Amino acid sequence: MADGKILTINMGPHHPATHGVLRLVLELDGETIVKVTPHIGHLHRGIEKIAENMNYQQVIPLTDRFDYTAASLNNLGYCTAVEKLLGIDVPKRAQYIRVIMCELARIMGHHLWIGSHALDIGAMTVVFYTFRDREMIMNLTEEVSGYRLTPSYLRVGGLAHDITPKFIEDLRAFIKWFPTAVDGYNTLLTDNIIWRKRTMGIGTISAEDAVNYGFTGPSLRGSGVPYDLRKAKPYGSYEDFDFQVPVGDNGDVYDRYLVRMEEFTQSLNIIEQALENLPEGPVNVDNPLIANPQLDDVQEDISALIRRFKIQCQGPVVPEGEVYHAVEGSKGELGFYLVGDGTENPYRMKVRSPCFILVSALEKMMLGHMIADAISVIGSIDIVLGEIDR
Amino acid sequence: MDNAKVLEQLKGKFSDAIVDDVDFRGDLTVVVSLEKLHEVMLYLHDDESLHYDLLSDVVGIDKLPREPRFEVVYVLHSMDDYRRLMVKVMVDIDVPVPTVTDIWKSADWPEREVYDLFGISFSGHPDLRRLLMWDDFDGHPLRKDFPLKGKDFDEKWVPSSIQVL
Repeated sequence: MADGKILTINMGPHHPATHGVLRLVLELDGETIVKVTPHIGHLHRGIEKIAENMNYQQVIPLTDRFDYTAASLNNLGYCTAVEKLLGIDVPKRAQYIRVIMCELARIMGHHLWIGSHALDIGAMTVVFYTFRDREMIMNLTEEVSGYRLTPSYLRVGGLAHDITPKFIEDLRAFIKWFPTAVDGYNTLLTDNIIWRKRTMGIGTISAEDAVNYGFTGPSLRGSGVPYDLRKAKPYGSYEDFDFQVPVGDNGDVYDRYLVRMEEFTQSLNIIEQALENLPEGPVNVDNPLIANPQLDDVQEDISALIRRFKIQCQGPVVPEGEVYHAVEGSKGELGFYLVGDGTENPYRMKVRSPCFILVSALEKMMLGHMIADAISVIGSIDIVLGEIDR
Repeated sequence: MDNAKVLEQLKGKFSDAIVDDVDFRGDLTVVVSLEKLHEVMLYLHDDESLHYDLLSDVVGIDKLPREPRFEVVYVLHSMDDYRRLMVKVMVDIDVPVPTVTDIWKSADWPEREVYDLFGISFSGHPDLRRLLMWDDFDGHPLRKDFPLKGKDFDEKWVPSSIQVL
């Protein structure tokens, strides 16, 4: 306002640029943001409470609903946390297939991010190209698990079943095609003068502040801190692969964009290596109390049938103890704090969601910017409300 | 710096504050007395060799029949060599925990979430309001004595109770 009055406006929860049901109360002096109050909880489903009343295998489909744009990564975070609590190692083949599925999920998550982020800022074309390629990955996921968005393909102790020859064939075709697609996204945005003007110098956060505010993942790496759990605390065979961790310099929206664009290439690189070096062998841990017998065995062997029935109804019994295990999700550090009490139900499951912490720091990044820049800041931290509200 | 050295340094500095320590599956958890919590956390953040500069999460746990009833766990990381440390504190019902938002800004929302879902309050927190549940919600859903179905699930729904605004 010209007379210096503060205008309070309500953005969301049904605003398309909030990527779900985030509600922001913005206080404006003219067009400049002077205060931001985020309100969350519109999508709160109480998954942590529900999980306390389910057995360990039944929780897996619930974890798909956290970050539904990259669901396999949530499965990996949960399954590896339970395996850590059980103290078991899954076979190498299962680990490699998990890596393939998770890197595909990461690419899928980044597809949705760049598509919607560019759409919010006004570059409408990008979303059509990313959704074309996202569809290819969804078809791959469907081929291997039967589901497109929420595969629930991972199990505690391994995988639901082995991959098919058609999946490998399709994946090879995708690997061959995808670098061309990434070049296409880069052509549309990286040197685009409007894109640069809308993103450079916006939402800047220094490395020290970013760590203090709890940033992780591409948002932290955009500020120049090379914290990637795949390198920092390798899990699930990530130490076998050769890949780079891209970092930015300035910590603004544009640097976070560059980091994620480079992650497309690095993820594809990891998938390629995993597929070339895919070991032979079983995809489930050799432990009758944890792994489900394969369907072929169940049809021939009565004891396998009984075991399958028991595992489906009861699930594995997990020893007493408390573990925290984190994986590098597509948005940042996705951690699971699990408390086992020696029964078949988790006593407590806490999810450390990267977006939850990022949204709490929105005010820090938005203050002093124009209201139109709020949209690019929200897009740049890549929020998914399913993960924030849980 | 490995877990044993971290524990040794902590015990050397705060011999009376470290109540217990657990090394389970490669991660170290230290149990700290509630009175000394803020002092220990400040030391963990500021000391040059420890330097835990990233607070990942604050976790509430309800161990209902036990006294003290609640546990609050802080998950810390160091960006120097990616060490991980869990700091645990035992809390009785209606006893406030000193906030760590003045040390790590990232503790803001996780502490609000613990307050919302467990009813553990944090003294000195700048903005302690409910986060996930709505403001006039009655109860704390993640407590073990809160029913899974919710409190009013079995109450009969009366259509005439709807108010038209």
